[in-house]
Amino acid sequence: MSRVHVSAVVNGEPVEFLCDPTQTLLDVLRDQLGLTGSKEGCGSGDCGACSVTIDGRLACACLALGAEMEGCSIGTIEGLAQGDQLHPLQKKFVEAAALQCGVCTPGFLVASKALLDRNPDPTETEIRYWLAGNLCRCTGYDKIVRAVMEVAAEMKETAR
Amino acid sequence: MQQTTYAAPRSLDEAVGLMAAAGGAARILAGGTDLLVQMRAGSLAPGAIVDVKKIAEMTTIVEEAGGFRIGAAVNAAEIGEHDALRRAWPGVVEAINLIGSKQVQGRASAGGNLCNASPAADSAPALVAAGAILAVQGPKGRRQLPVEKLHAGPGRTMLERGEILVSIALPARPAHSGDAYLRLIPRTEMDIAVVGCGVSLAMEGDTCVAARVGLGAVAPTVMLVEAAGAALAGSRLDEAALEKAAAACRAACRPIDDKRGTIAYRTKIAGVLVKRAALIAARRAGGH
Repeated sequence: MSRVHVSAVVNGEPVEFLCDPTQTLLDVLRDQLGLTGSKEGCGSGDCGACSVTIDGRLACACLALGAEMEGCSIGTIEGLAQGDQLHPLQKKFVEAAALQCGVCTPGFLVASKALLDRNPDPTETEIRYWLAGNLCRCTGYDKIVRAVMEVAAEMKETAR
Repeated sequence: MQQTTYAAPRSLDEAVGLMAAAGGAARILAGGTDLLVQMRAGSLAPGAIVDVKKIAEMTTIVEEAGGFRIGAAVNAAEIGEHDALRRAWPGVVEAINLIGSKQVQGRASAGGNLCNASPAADSAPALVAAGAILAVQGPKGRRQLPVEKLHAGPGRTMLERGEILVSIALPARPAHSGDAYLRLIPRTEMDIAVVGCGVSLAMEGDTCVAARVGLGAVAPTVMLVEAAGAALAGSRLDEAALEKAAAACRAACRPIDDKRGTIAYRTKIAGVLVKRAALIAARRAGGH
């Protein structure tokens, strides 16, 4: 099989990998780069469990090919914490119990961070629409939405 | 087993060459949000994947001749962030921004939405109403195609073998013009249109002087409903004119019965949406 050689940046670190032409970015992340934080829920872009950023834009890793990533900068859940220091969203999700089984959590965190990076002061409606592509079968969403709202409010306080 | 190849050409000529070399087995990859799903489902096994996202003309939005030329592979999020485009064509932008989740928006393109040729494609009725002209390039060179001529049936386009949809041109806007897109779905977000309707019109004072209506999800292809546009043009968008446009839309419907809507329901809703979309477009035009 002729494999494609790709040079990209993942969570700020340069990486190189070889992938099959039809292998998804999600499979590359999980199976070749050992980054298993991104989950496969549906594999068809409906659930958001594999949310990553590609060149700063939120995307489903299951709907992109590894081969497409040449020269791209990819952000995954593994890039949220700084060493042992959890990202404020991660801390808040833990404190507020904004998760139960946890399979959807990496996707929610990556998507929520992408929202706050763009819009640090979103309304509840904006948060709910932004996260409409992330499915959670446990929480009923409310604790997740509240957690994101609280982090946004705290970030606003800190910025003052 | 057949081996799929992947290539990301930097020029259109190269892309057309790759498509020709694959002899019909190639598929264009723009955002991939339809292609990868079809490949995973096993309904498609392309011999060659031609990624067009390294071709500048297909990935940029340029202001041209008073209008805009949107590269067919520009993602929906980027289209939504383009201030000038949003001001000139709010209906087109809102239609494209209704396709899928934020994750999908970050990859999916208007060109891909058109070429996927779903009768319920959200971008299509708004682009039909806007009078968008498509630039298509293939082995025989370049040609232009009005967007309403693109679809041949569910999942089928009028593109010939090896042709690539390059860009979508939106014409210059006369003063006091506006557009709007409405779709009916049973939920608030992330669903497939039961009916979609785009209206673009120009006003002079209280009078509508020109109008185009695009209708989706009520026939095998998205349609330009000329009779509906004609009913609005020349009127003050009073109830009689709106009802005439609604009747024209209902008459154009040839929908299917399915779990999302019956024939009777889709037909009725087509009339409701055209009235509402026309009034929103008129308000945006500042003339009503």
